[in-house]
Amino acid sequence: MTEPLGGLLSAPPSIVAAGVEVFSTALRQQGASVTDVDWRPPGFGSAEDLTQLALDPRRAAANRVAVERVLAAGSLLVDVRPAREVLDLPDRMLLHSGPPLTWETASGPMRGALIGACVFEGWAADVADAERILAAGEIALDPCHHHRTVGPMAGVTSPSMWMWCLEDPANGGQAWCNLNEGLGKVLRMGAYNDEVLTRLAWMRDVLGPVLQRAVRSRPEPLDVKAILAQMLQMGDEGHNRNRAGSLMALRELSPSIVGVDAPAQDIADVLRFIGGNEHFYLNLGMPTAKLAMDAARDVPGSSMVTVLSRNGTEFGIQTAGTGDRWFTAPANTPVGLYLGDYGPEDANPDIGDSAIMEAYGVGGFSMAAAPAIVRFVGGTVPDALATTERMYQLTLAENPAMQIPIMGFRGSPTGIDVLQVARTGWLPQINTGMAGRVAGTGQVGAGLVQPPQACFEQALAALAEESRAA
Amino acid sequence: MSDSPVRHVSLRSGVYADSVRLMQVSREIGDRPGVHTVVVAMATPLNLELAAGMGLAPDGEAKPDQLLIALTATDDAELAAAVAAVDAALTARADRGETQTIPARTIGAGLDGAADPALAIISVPGPYAVAEAADAIAAGRSVLIFSDGVPVEHEVALKRAAHDAGVLVMGPDCGTAIVSGLALGFANVVRRGPVGLVAASGTGAQQVSCLLDAAGVGVSHVLGVGGRDLSEAVGGLATLDALAALDADPATERVLLVSKPPAPSVAARVAEVAQGLSVPVRSAALSPEQPDLTAAVEALLGDLGIAVPEWPSRPGTADAVPDGAVLKGFYSGGTLADETMLIAAPTLGDIRSNTPLRPDLDLGTDLAARGHVVVDFGDDALTVGRAHPMIDPTLRLEAIAGLAAGGEPAVLLLDVVLGHGADADPAATLVPALQSAGLPTVVALVGTEGDPQGWSRQADALAEAGAAVFASNAAAVRYALALLGDQA
Repeated sequence: MTEPLGGLLSAPPSIVAAGVEVFSTALRQQGASVTDVDWRPPGFGSAEDLTQLALDPRRAAANRVAVERVLAAGSLLVDVRPAREVLDLPDRMLLHSGPPLTWETASGPMRGALIGACVFEGWAADVADAERILAAGEIALDPCHHHRTVGPMAGVTSPSMWMWCLEDPANGGQAWCNLNEGLGKVLRMGAYNDEVLTRLAWMRDVLGPVLQRAVRSRPEPLDVKAILAQMLQMGDEGHNRNRAGSLMALRELSPSIVGVDAPAQDIADVLRFIGGNEHFYLNLGMPTAKLAMDAARDVPGSSMVTVLSRNGTEFGIQTAGTGDRWFTAPANTPVGLYLGDYGPEDANPDIGDSAIMEAYGVGGFSMAAAPAIVRFVGGTVPDALATTERMYQLTLAENPAMQIPIMGFRGSPTGIDVLQVARTGWLPQINTGMAGRVAGTGQVGAGLVQPPQACFEQALAALAEESRAA
Repeated sequence: MSDSPVRHVSLRSGVYADSVRLMQVSREIGDRPGVHTVVVAMATPLNLELAAGMGLAPDGEAKPDQLLIALTATDDAELAAAVAAVDAALTARADRGETQTIPARTIGAGLDGAADPALAIISVPGPYAVAEAADAIAAGRSVLIFSDGVPVEHEVALKRAAHDAGVLVMGPDCGTAIVSGLALGFANVVRRGPVGLVAASGTGAQQVSCLLDAAGVGVSHVLGVGGRDLSEAVGGLATLDALAALDADPATERVLLVSKPPAPSVAARVAEVAQGLSVPVRSAALSPEQPDLTAAVEALLGDLGIAVPEWPSRPGTADAVPDGAVLKGFYSGGTLADETMLIAAPTLGDIRSNTPLRPDLDLGTDLAARGHVVVDFGDDALTVGRAHPMIDPTLRLEAIAGLAAGGEPAVLLLDVVLGHGADADPAATLVPALQSAGLPTVVALVGTEGDPQGWSRQADALAEAGAAVFASNAAAVRYALALLGDQA
């Protein structure tokens, strides 16, 4: 026979206490083991909404379903194809990062990337022409996230860009992302000069076709998730630091690349380009996270975040329990280190779909794996550990596939629970690049940022409303 | 020397301390010689009203998660020094623990990795207690909810979930429990033994366990279930689970059920279930037919074949009371207040109260009403935004002073509850108040010699001030009735 109440009546219990200190003091005087919770009133949300969700009988099971789908998701690189084919992307449509926006509301770097893409696609003769057709609404704009796609920074994806094509063997999902251009003056950071357009043309004409043939020639699809797992043990956190992952991707792909029947100079250029780009892996990691988070979509009663994303103007989130609905608020501006003479006044508000990495439990959530990242804000190694420790209190599970060595190989904190964000008052930690606020500038730095609380306030209220109606 | 005091009123965001801590700070600052008035409190509507009443309302809109610091002092220098002292007092706590470990902010996080058996104790403000309790149930752990102000439908939802999870919800508004020898909340230092208590009443459980201790009989566990558990709405959900747990517990040989007057249908259902258990269950649920907790303890002692001892007491100095004197029962324990009214009503007739036996006897907010009155200062309505009267005696001391000033002839009947969690020396504030009031006074002193305050030490101090002191509330009530004697 099992003991009643889990053995509570058999031995003095250890105590976990939230609230008035005098009780804990009295318990310690009796020799009890007491853990005091550092409780404080919720950072946001009405007590009614918090209680509604806490008592929703669907919630525990729904969150378990959602996060288990996330943990189970795999990520295989199956192909490389132009966006036009993959997405059935019509002419005169551009995808962008974050929640929906218009040309009028687009920030400098977003405008810069849209301008550059119009010129790159030949839809505009020059920059002025591109601005004219964009302002006239002749180019349709749509979020990447609406197309099973993610894009770093501006995330602008046009029909001629080549896409990594990933599949999740566990849930059957697909996700896509364009190829990473490198750092500095790049389209995703809002730059559109000749250097940028020349590189994009080379990626379209050389890099994409070579990668397609290389990927198709592999005997087995590349396991992209396995690389991410290894990166965390090599000093990367998979968002702002992708050094080990990029090298591992190069190692895995290079035999097939070398085997492609193409001019030796092209092969050398491709290998040099990949080897010289410390963020090459990011555009593989992001669709890996996207596959996992999309697998958790549409689980009624779940308060887990499926999307964290920014378009340079607004931050938007989605949850498993509220489908495709966006909860948006003005994006914060990252704090960090600046390139060259750039300073805080040059930085654009937060931009990019890459915060999908944090939704998946890596990036800022696995800061402890990459203490170097906290130096962006003058932080220390203990600060990095502390950040990850806090994120465990926001999340539903530890991802056994993504282990953090310095945390005793604890799994990464995965599956942000909106209710936990409200109750702890801690916002998700995001590591990110910083684009210049003026169109055409490019990257100005990298640093840390948090989502605006208002996104989570709206999500909490909507989840509570759905819960009452259920 | 300036004629008019200077004032400081500010609101701070991002600072939180529990009400007990803030009261300690307020008191510490209020003791400074140059300080006139002080409110350091979370800016809840009640505290704001309090501040407004003192002419210290903050400008602009205040939110309950903001800290209100409002004080007046003799001059600017004293004011600045007092504000600095508030800062120092508040940060004295923040300085504790300089490690990089991140403390858990929720019960769920705190229970993660806790050694089993583990129990959660929740005393956060009522509106937020449910989410914390739900964490414990989801983690498969029992939970004691000290907080009050939890809506009854949430209590039912929690208790149903707990039943399904095989754990127990003690509370809400559960102030007393003893689990495997560990005293939780307001509980006394009593010996361990064969009697298990299931208590829908905290002070009732304290009275019963202290009397058992005085008779040399110990308790196995005291499982509090919250004052509403035996109401129609809750239907005894936790009582039934607690009875089943004690039935399966080898250390428990007999069970005593302690409660304020229960809903009859629920009492019947509980009695029916109790009959089916292997452990004998005796009910000490109060009712007009069974008004006396002490009698229930004596009956239990009879079941155990143990002689009833003479319950501890101290004689008082009052012998004659003026003509027309009335009973004024000022209680911190709700069940003791109920017991008092049930015992006294047949002799005195109608007794008005904030927790009356009949709705038409409701005092409302007029705690200073004339005639026979019993006030439960521990009632939820009087503890919103402040600590329980077992910790903070202010309201009751004010009522005693008011009674003396009003001139109505009366016998003052009080309970003083000792034990863990209670005022470290209740006699220290009560004795001067009683001496100043000069009223004939009877005290029900609930506690044991083993309590931190020591029953005899407190009893002697109160007797020194002229009060008659009884370990049994029933005995105290009967003594007060005897004092009122002819008038009754």
